[in-house]
Amino acid sequence: MTTLAELIIVAVILLNLSLAASGSLATCIRLAAAQGVIAALLPLLAGHGVPSGTIVFCCAVILLKGAIFPWLLTRARVKANVSRDAEPVIGYPASIILCLGAFAASSWLGTRLPLPETARVAWIVPASLSTIFTGFLLLTTRGKAITQVLGYLVIENGIYIFGLALFVEQPLMVEMAILLDVFVAVFVMGITIFHISREFDHIDTAELSQLGDWYPKQSGGEK
Amino acid sequence: MTRPLIQYFLALVLAPLLPGIINRVKAFFGGRRGVPILQLYFDLYKLVHKTPVYSRTTTWLFRAGPVIGLAAMLCVLALLPFGGRPSFLSFEGDLILLVYLLGVARLATVLAALDTGSSFEGMGASREVQFAVFAEPAFFLALAALARGGGGLSLSGIFSNLTPAAWLTASPVLTLVTASLFIVFLAENSRVPVDDPNTHLELTMIHEVMVLDHSGPDLAFIFYGAALKLWALGSLIACVILPRHYGSWLVDSGAFILAMFFIAAAVGVVESVMGRLRLLKVPYLLMTALTFSILALIFQAGR
Amino acid sequence: MLLMLIPLLSGLAAFLISDDRCRRILLLAVAGIHLALTIAALVVRPEMLPGEWFGLDSLGLLFLGVTSVLFMGASVYAVKYLALEKRDPGEDSDEGFIFNNEPEPVFTGCLLLFLAAMTAVTASRHLGILWAAVEATTLLSAPLIYFHRHKRSLEATWKYLLICSVGIAMALMGNLFLGAAGLRSGLALDLGSLLSNAMSLDQAWLKAAFLFLFVGYGTKMGLAPFHTWLPDAHSESPAVVSALLSGALLNCAFLGILRVAQVCAAAGLAGFTGDILILFGILSLMTAAFFILAQKDYKRMLAYSSIEHMGILSLGVGLGGGAVYGALLNAVSHSLTKAGLFFVSGLILAAYKTKQISEVRGLIRRVPRTAVLWMTGFFLITGTPPSGIFLGKFMILKAAVSGRHYAAAAAYLFFLTVVFAGMGRIFLDMTLGEAAALNEAEKPFKASRQMLIPAACFFACVVLLGLYMPAWLNDIISGARDLIIGGTV
Repeated sequence: MTTLAELIIVAVILLNLSLAASGSLATCIRLAAAQGVIAALLPLLAGHGVPSGTIVFCCAVILLKGAIFPWLLTRARVKANVSRDAEPVIGYPASIILCLGAFAASSWLGTRLPLPETARVAWIVPASLSTIFTGFLLLTTRGKAITQVLGYLVIENGIYIFGLALFVEQPLMVEMAILLDVFVAVFVMGITIFHISREFDHIDTAELSQLGDWYPKQSGGEK
Repeated sequence: MTRPLIQYFLALVLAPLLPGIINRVKAFFGGRRGVPILQLYFDLYKLVHKTPVYSRTTTWLFRAGPVIGLAAMLCVLALLPFGGRPSFLSFEGDLILLVYLLGVARLATVLAALDTGSSFEGMGASREVQFAVFAEPAFFLALAALARGGGGLSLSGIFSNLTPAAWLTASPVLTLVTASLFIVFLAENSRVPVDDPNTHLELTMIHEVMVLDHSGPDLAFIFYGAALKLWALGSLIACVILPRHYGSWLVDSGAFILAMFFIAAAVGVVESVMGRLRLLKVPYLLMTALTFSILALIFQAGR
Repeated sequence: MLLMLIPLLSGLAAFLISDDRCRRILLLAVAGIHLALTIAALVVRPEMLPGEWFGLDSLGLLFLGVTSVLFMGASVYAVKYLALEKRDPGEDSDEGFIFNNEPEPVFTGCLLLFLAAMTAVTASRHLGILWAAVEATTLLSAPLIYFHRHKRSLEATWKYLLICSVGIAMALMGNLFLGAAGLRSGLALDLGSLLSNAMSLDQAWLKAAFLFLFVGYGTKMGLAPFHTWLPDAHSESPAVVSALLSGALLNCAFLGILRVAQVCAAAGLAGFTGDILILFGILSLMTAAFFILAQKDYKRMLAYSSIEHMGILSLGVGLGGGAVYGALLNAVSHSLTKAGLFFVSGLILAAYKTKQISEVRGLIRRVPRTAVLWMTGFFLITGTPPSGIFLGKFMILKAAVSGRHYAAAAAYLFFLTVVFAGMGRIFLDMTLGEAAALNEAEKPFKASRQMLIPAACFFACVVLLGLYMPAWLNDIISGARDLIIGGTV
């Protein structure tokens, strides 16, 4: 059982790396969805005698992350009519190296923050921290609004890996509230992307630079 | 003492069979009958009886290249375990020697290619070295991840330590190592996603373009050396994916040889379903292998 | 419970009501009922049950009171504002293009739901619920910021959504770390049991949890260097929304930090959290001071002033002791003053149709009543006595000196002076000076009484706070201070 969970973690990390290396938006959406689904399987494997509430919850997560989010994002992508991301601020090979470095660093952190013995799976902390880092990388170095939402989702995946592997016993109400929030967040972001693409004819966030205190005069619009 | 020697000679004899198997599998997928499975043996026999031709511009480097390459490969094979059984020349630290012997073979080939002064061969040499920059660390780190699992720095020790139980407890590491080794295996042997052994356009070739000017026994040495390299790197993968030892030498060796044939067939399948990558993309593929190796090492170190 | 349900249900209802008048009356009514219930809670002080997810302690009650009062003022202002916007929607103030407004039902509905979420933040006794509620405030206020549908407000909304969501995600991670800290002793995330068993928490995990939660809620609160969304969102949203964001939402995020600080204090980590709070407090003060000096947009200037005050709050809580009381007093007075200032800035925007400081001159001649309020606000916000803000700032300074934090005290004083100078120049320039001649076609804007009264009331309250501290308020603030310092239940 533990080996299977470890394999899942390896898969999650490999997905991180491929997310960091991929420039195609459609691929990125699929990769993030795959990561969400795989991570949702984790609590089912981690514990012995999984309570039925957890199974229902995991199914909800799989449905949300595997089907609804990709559908929403793909719709936004098609509406905005983009297929590839702009060249990121940090190149793809450098991103991969950064991700690997983050994984090594978070492995070290994982040894500094030992989990209580109730935790059943090794590598939870490094995997979740490096996933969060990958999310940040997507968020900060990529140009398109959709990739930024994806980065948010990947961060969420990382948090989820940490959370559900540890707290199978927590009241489901709280988890449901959290899930609902994430759902609404992606929904609202999806709508905003739609508005952005209508206003600006594209979703390059590099163009979203009229506000700010450093170069207010260059952006043309302000008098 | 005799069994390791028999293993060694078996490897030397069977190695040229692998390219034949690969070609057969490709022919099967292409709907052709293909060349005989023993074709490389015939080629080698024919080439050895020919008189070599040397260009006036070349020096001794050009003649030494194939010889050193083949000699290095023979040494490599002497270090490698055969189906989990130790080789007759194993010692603590032979893992590092192995990597450097492969490096010597590469250096000899590259120098010989540069010695001709042909622009095509220089181009091939530059590409070979460029890809090696990624492939060598990937290979070395994969071996390091294996060594970290126990058995010290000796290949024979590592692989006799590797049991089915290791696959149960450390399957993530072993999966990553296998994947990494397979990519390195394809790259080092100039197989398809990296290089196409069948191409006849010098601009796109890597390994083949470096040996264009060799002829006669020199070319035979190079062909044979390439077959030995295929066997050597393949046997590492076979050792990882086949950790079970039955105790009987005959059964173990038989299973190992079958595994080698299986790997050759897998290469054939890969070559049939994939095209060659654009040269710019090859470093990405090798970086993937490097990534796998690093991950395996981190996982192994954290166990 | 009722406090939350009423705005929630009425918010949903507001989406459906098509008649403008009905909806506006509903908004006023809900704000009134909410305020009445809050006052009732102040008087009765409901019992808290251990293990309950919702309950009002003095800290929650304090912030709930501020939120409720602000919302009352905001809804009075909003009714008139919406009517004005309805009459002439349209021309962009800076770039001159025509844009549409958001449908009013959506705006009012989100406003009410936003109130419900903020009430949930103040009343939650479970850190998971607290988190969910804070995230809900982000999502519900995003449509509010995007009320004027044009490029710049869209940009502001996008930054706000993304930065805050990511920040809040960090806070979630912090919550989980906190859970991991309590895993060995089998603690859940509800505040009561965390506080009473704080000593059994794992210290390394607790520290990590505090860092994540601080970054998360600090982003939402607008502490530098996570503040970048704040000036954009505050300057581009309508005045009502800016007032609520600055006065109520930032406080709610601050409450999140306070709750964790409470747990840390109970676990004996007060020194560790204090240092971090002081550091980021000073950093925010510094950022705000420099950006205020070079500011060209008066709404952005107010936004940076909010960052400055958040820095002061963080500094005050970090210093501990008497400074905590000062910080809480400052939080209350800042909310009221800043909300009032944003209301007034909305009027100036309506009168001059620009947010550029350089084009607003001679307020005192053109809109005298507005100008008087604007200057009053300036004196209050920069901490001129007599005002609640002055008292708060002074208490923090006193605590810093008596606690031998001389460097912090010096930096604090220096940056306050810079802010005073920077804001003083801007406010005086805008108020005095020669007003540009009006075009014949333009009708001079006259601020209605309904839009002036909320600001005037808020300012009066703050002045009163500086002169006379009512006993009940003193009780609540002292109670809240004891909660933060002592970490008791």
